[in-house]
Amino acid sequence: MSEVTTLEKPDLKIDQDEGNFSYPEDYAFDAGTGLTEKTIDYICDVKEDPDWVREFRKKALRIFREKPLPTHWASKDLENIHFDDFRYYLSKGAKPKRTWDEVPDDVKRTFERLGIPEKERAFLAGVEAQFDSEAAYSNIKKAVAEQGVIFVGSREGLKEHPEIFRKWFGKVIPTADNKFSALNSAVFSGGSFIYVPKGVKVKHPLQAYFRINAENFGQFERTLIIVDEGAELTYMEGCTAPKFDSVTLHSAVVELVAMKGAKLQYITVQNWSPNVFNLVTKRGLAHEESEIKWIDCNIGSRLTMKYPGVILKGRKARGEVLSIALANNGQHQDTGAKMIHAADETTSNIISKSISIGSGRATYRGLVHIPRHLKGCKNNTECDALLINTESRTDTYPAIVTRGEGNSVQHEASVSKVSAEQIFYMQQRGLSEGQAMSLSVNGFVNELVRQFPMEYSVELKRLIDLEMEGSVG
Amino acid sequence: MKNSLEIKGLKASINGTEILHGLNLTIPKGEVHAIMGKNGSGKSTLAKVMAGHPDYEVTGGDVLLDGKTILGLDPDVRAREGLFLAFQYPSEIPGVTIANFMRAALNARRPEGQEVDAVEYYNELYKKMDLLKIDRSFTSRAVNDGFSGGEKKKNEILQMAMLEPKYAVLDETDSGLDIDALKIVSHGVNSLRGPKMGVLVITHYQRLLDYIVPDVVHVMVDGRIVKSGPKELALEMEKKGYDWVENLATV
Repeated sequence: MSEVTTLEKPDLKIDQDEGNFSYPEDYAFDAGTGLTEKTIDYICDVKEDPDWVREFRKKALRIFREKPLPTHWASKDLENIHFDDFRYYLSKGAKPKRTWDEVPDDVKRTFERLGIPEKERAFLAGVEAQFDSEAAYSNIKKAVAEQGVIFVGSREGLKEHPEIFRKWFGKVIPTADNKFSALNSAVFSGGSFIYVPKGVKVKHPLQAYFRINAENFGQFERTLIIVDEGAELTYMEGCTAPKFDSVTLHSAVVELVAMKGAKLQYITVQNWSPNVFNLVTKRGLAHEESEIKWIDCNIGSRLTMKYPGVILKGRKARGEVLSIALANNGQHQDTGAKMIHAADETTSNIISKSISIGSGRATYRGLVHIPRHLKGCKNNTECDALLINTESRTDTYPAIVTRGEGNSVQHEASVSKVSAEQIFYMQQRGLSEGQAMSLSVNGFVNELVRQFPMEYSVELKRLIDLEMEGSVG
Repeated sequence: MKNSLEIKGLKASINGTEILHGLNLTIPKGEVHAIMGKNGSGKSTLAKVMAGHPDYEVTGGDVLLDGKTILGLDPDVRAREGLFLAFQYPSEIPGVTIANFMRAALNARRPEGQEVDAVEYYNELYKKMDLLKIDRSFTSRAVNDGFSGGEKKKNEILQMAMLEPKYAVLDETDSGLDIDALKIVSHGVNSLRGPKMGVLVITHYQRLLDYIVPDVVHVMVDGRIVKSGPKELALEMEKKGYDWVENLATV
């Protein structure tokens, strides 16, 4: 029974046009198109950045310009990104809101249009939601604040809590990590800063909904989360974007730090419109006996490149990446995971499920590194791909480097197809072709989704239904 | 004709080869009919064509459900009109529990926003499972995933019980069953037969008809019904063999 109740929510309505809308926006601040030192200065002035941030951004801009795009291994589609055509900063200039009543009506309408049900809207009372560059709505749950937890936008984080912010900012993912982390470092705005003090176990997941709502507008959130010794946190991030004709760039950087014995879970469900380049760098640093878990669901976008990673720095640290990627017609999901073992007895687990539909393409890219001098390290990697119709393509590039004795790695991969017979069987029970495919896909990811918090498994099921209904011609 | 499933002069082919050569058959509601025939006589083709399998092309004739043609309708529309096919080889649906699958199937029959109530659904499900003597844990397993032959057929019968079709076609339901499984499946069909449902049992062996006693037996040879008669015909078939009717067919 319990399983059924988690998967079904009768009050949810599926709207075929969901996501295919936008409301007029009037922006108080607009950095214009293109990226120069002047753009950086504009952003710094508007945001009243401290000098160290201005310097940080300018240095990042230089690195961004010097760094080539990933060459031999990545999709050629990256060459279609024209960096000069983007706006790198837009803002309504509004301060983050504290209560639901203060949220502008058009923002509320957008949330409503997203089909967030009553129950989840109640959830929003404890949510930070980013609307374009700045958080349009931010309400820190009282209980969380009382526990000493800091949950603010990145801008407020760097201004109000520099002693913690500066210590870790850019340390897990250096500016020069890759071209897109450099880009983000130059123009970042929005995103969350969270600090959970020692021993504090945050019961309710902290949550942020955000969406792109302006044409040609790149979104560059920067999130930094530090969970101190023995503390626990679950953070949930969700994005759905309206559809536009021209290309949109999204390039976030998310840094996680788990101190000794801490537990940190970061959950993402993304549903980008099919013109979005989603190029995201996500990495966690796990200290002794701590645990970092990424749950990452990628639906939509034109090209997603994202490989959440964990650096297992302390003895007995544990890293996990559970990911689902759905590549519909014309889309490429290039996703995976990185596990860098840097201490004895560290363990990592990667479970990746991908679904390719029509001309959609799913690529798994994994990196597991266990150096020679370590002992007692373990990695488990499972990659399963589901193909729907013959055009679909899936590739698996697992790079597992294990040296030394006493370390163990396991790797399993499978490719399966939704067969015509299976669809016919389900149709014979009265399900439409779209419903049948949707159920097959949900079945394929079911075991993994069961590990997600309930709200997210419902959300994901709804997104999959929407994708599958749309994919039946 | 109302209250019957009528197959009139049905011709169907696969990859350009005609398998059904003008088949006639009427199954009134409330009756159980059996089709016997050798492998390759077109029995399973008939079942698939009625259900709307996309590999088959109908080249002539008609199939009428309560007087309305169902040819040209998508398989799911035919199903919702009340036609059920118990598959000879049911597909596996990994990760989808039987309970969820049937609930989705029931919801597909209802207007949007009027999904089945969870409590009512489970009451109904457990009632049917008790009737069919199926263990409660059965429906939390993924549909046919790793099932034995007997479990797969039991699952088909359970779905038939839940979906309450007007007409049910059971394609080689006895194949791959040991005697115990055969008894359970037959018990299921016998519990469900009644005035509201017409049943067509397709089988290769007479054995099944000891357990599901038909009202009428039809013998199929080379894509046509060549002989029909009362239940005793099955025994006669068993005794005289298919050669006997094949001679009839050529006459």
